[in-house]
Amino acid sequence: MLEDILKKHPQHEDSLIEILLEYQNVKTKRYITDEEVEQIAKYLGVTESKVCSVVSFYTFFSTEPRGKHIIQVCKDVPCYVNGSGNVLKTLEQLLNIRIGETTKDEKFTLEYTSCLGNCDGAPAMRIDGKTFTNLNPNKVKAIISEYRGVN
Amino acid sequence: MVNIKINNTNVTVEEGTTILDAAKAKNIKIPTLCYYPDLDIKSDCRICTVEITGQKGLVTACSTPVRDGMEIKTNSPRVLNARKTITELMLANHDANCTACEKNMNCELQTLANTLGIDENRFESVLEMQELDTANTSITRNPNRCIKCGRCVDVCKNVQGINVLESMNRSHEMFISPKYGRYLSDEDCTFCGQCSSVCPVASITEKDDTDLVWNALDDDKKHVIVQVAPAVRVSLGEEMGQKPGSIVTTKMVAALKQLGFDRVFDTDFTADLTILEEGNELIHRITEGGKLPMITSCCPGWINLVEQQYPEIIDNLSSCKSPQQMFGALAKTYYAKKENIKPEDLFVVSIMPCTAKKYEAAREEMSADGKNRDVDAVLTTRELGKMVRQMGINFDQLEEIEFDDPFGITSGAGAIFGATGGVMEAALRTVSEVVNEKPLEKLEFESVRGLEGIKEAEVDLGGQKVKVAVAHSLSKAKQLADQVKAGTSPYAFIEVMTCPGGCIGGGGQPYNTTNAVREERIRATYQVDSDMKLRKSHENPVIQKLYEDYLTKPLSDLSHDLLHTHYHKRRT
Repeated sequence: MLEDILKKHPQHEDSLIEILLEYQNVKTKRYITDEEVEQIAKYLGVTESKVCSVVSFYTFFSTEPRGKHIIQVCKDVPCYVNGSGNVLKTLEQLLNIRIGETTKDEKFTLEYTSCLGNCDGAPAMRIDGKTFTNLNPNKVKAIISEYRGVN
Repeated sequence: MVNIKINNTNVTVEEGTTILDAAKAKNIKIPTLCYYPDLDIKSDCRICTVEITGQKGLVTACSTPVRDGMEIKTNSPRVLNARKTITELMLANHDANCTACEKNMNCELQTLANTLGIDENRFESVLEMQELDTANTSITRNPNRCIKCGRCVDVCKNVQGINVLESMNRSHEMFISPKYGRYLSDEDCTFCGQCSSVCPVASITEKDDTDLVWNALDDDKKHVIVQVAPAVRVSLGEEMGQKPGSIVTTKMVAALKQLGFDRVFDTDFTADLTILEEGNELIHRITEGGKLPMITSCCPGWINLVEQQYPEIIDNLSSCKSPQQMFGALAKTYYAKKENIKPEDLFVVSIMPCTAKKYEAAREEMSADGKNRDVDAVLTTRELGKMVRQMGINFDQLEEIEFDDPFGITSGAGAIFGATGGVMEAALRTVSEVVNEKPLEKLEFESVRGLEGIKEAEVDLGGQKVKVAVAHSLSKAKQLADQVKAGTSPYAFIEVMTCPGGCIGGGGQPYNTTNAVREERIRATYQVDSDMKLRKSHENPVIQKLYEDYLTKPLSDLSHDLLHTHYHKRRT
């Protein structure tokens, strides 16, 4: 699967982020392994250090297996002063996991993210591709039960 | 031109000048940490922060160009306070056990804290101690001391084109390491040590082998000999507080005698021997239709790069061992026999400007008897400096002593091995005379000298015009290697040195090596050469005698056994 994606992109450092995004989106549990880092580095003619640097910089990428839905809570300052701590606490209680963990049923992974660009709607979080703003514990509960119900 | 004011003094500088350079021109010192001459401007550390009248935020002097009418304050209370806070924040995430650190009294962070007058840290330490990387024989990485200035990443990526060191994670969780914090040896590190050379603290250093050498010197049963590389005599002076470009050959020999070495020899001798072997190999390849271009193999960082990333061009490498290893092999065979010493009682030390030489000496093929190392320990110039200080030697007061016989009789051709273009020039002096069968009118091949990245020359060998090239720094070497790999290289002979400027700019050389310092060491190197009576390797009488008595002739069977080797694809 990775090979097919690699072949679509030119063998140049500039393709790195696109390859990582595209591959992670289709891969089960959406994470990048060491072997895949090596394979991508070899294809692009860059070092594994370079690939690791990019993977570890962006919160989009993970090196750990993740659940079906990825919940990312903003940890930057405007969200913090508007109560992102309560949002996180509510999520941890609801899902019975800590930040960075995945639920036993592999349905949810809880992560931090850096700024989502929604400071006017702080505190904010993102689930998969979708952003939720002006959060409070009740709103978070409603969102999560919706995700539980739908799936 | 632009008119500005720095600390109320009028200054006129060229447009585009940075505040840092403008201040420097007026002898106003602005402290820096991530800034390093000849490297990229990073403005990571914020220490060079200055105040501009009418502007709200402070700016970094290293990255801000001057504007006409700009009024700059480099030392206002606001600026000093900011610098103090930045330094305290760094110290709060730094293993500041200074007395247990290699760079105690020679550390840029310590100096900064001292000049800023920091006597307490308002911030609690957030340091989480990490494991050290001691997994290789050349370089030790201590992440607990890293201040994340990014100099090592810059030199590894942009100067050397290697990119083993990178920044991982982001924000306050950012750290610098090979992939995800693993070992240097998990990646294609060439052990060039340029990272250790530019590190402002002691986060990246050479692996310290001084104890190994002290113990050997203390062992009555051991006959301990030392060889010194050409580039060390023009740089050791800096370790001893002298100006860059000081030539300290004779005092260096005296210091080594005081340290207790039984004999002090010169790697210039086996550099001469390399020229005889490599020069004849080149002639052989040209006349017999061998693999061309032939590429020099003296430099272990370069060999590592080829074995890791260019296995296709291994056959282009000269099969010669480096001068260090030729010396080791001769010491454990020829010299041991001549002096009637059992090879196992002989301890061979080399003083090198290089960290990769430690790795080279530990390679399993570098053993004349197939069991024991030919070179038992390798010290960098910096480590020798450390030993001289440990011993309490007053370097300036030392008498002047010459190298010992027999491996102390050398030529100027061997001496210039330390500078980029030197191996090429030394080889051309010998190869031209052997092939053309008449003395050269001019010994100096100026076109291959100097700090330009890739240098070319054309030489006449027996009526045939031959093109040669010289590269220093691995990013430049890769350009030539790519040509060779693609089969488009127009050259017959290529010299590669891993470090900018050649060995005089090696990863084990005294700290604060900049291009200005490299120029001085290069000037001194050619001074050593022009001061010598013997300037061609093939005219060295001891080399001639060595062939008569022992090796018979260049490329003989015994030469192949002792002085040549094989390279193979591998990971370090």
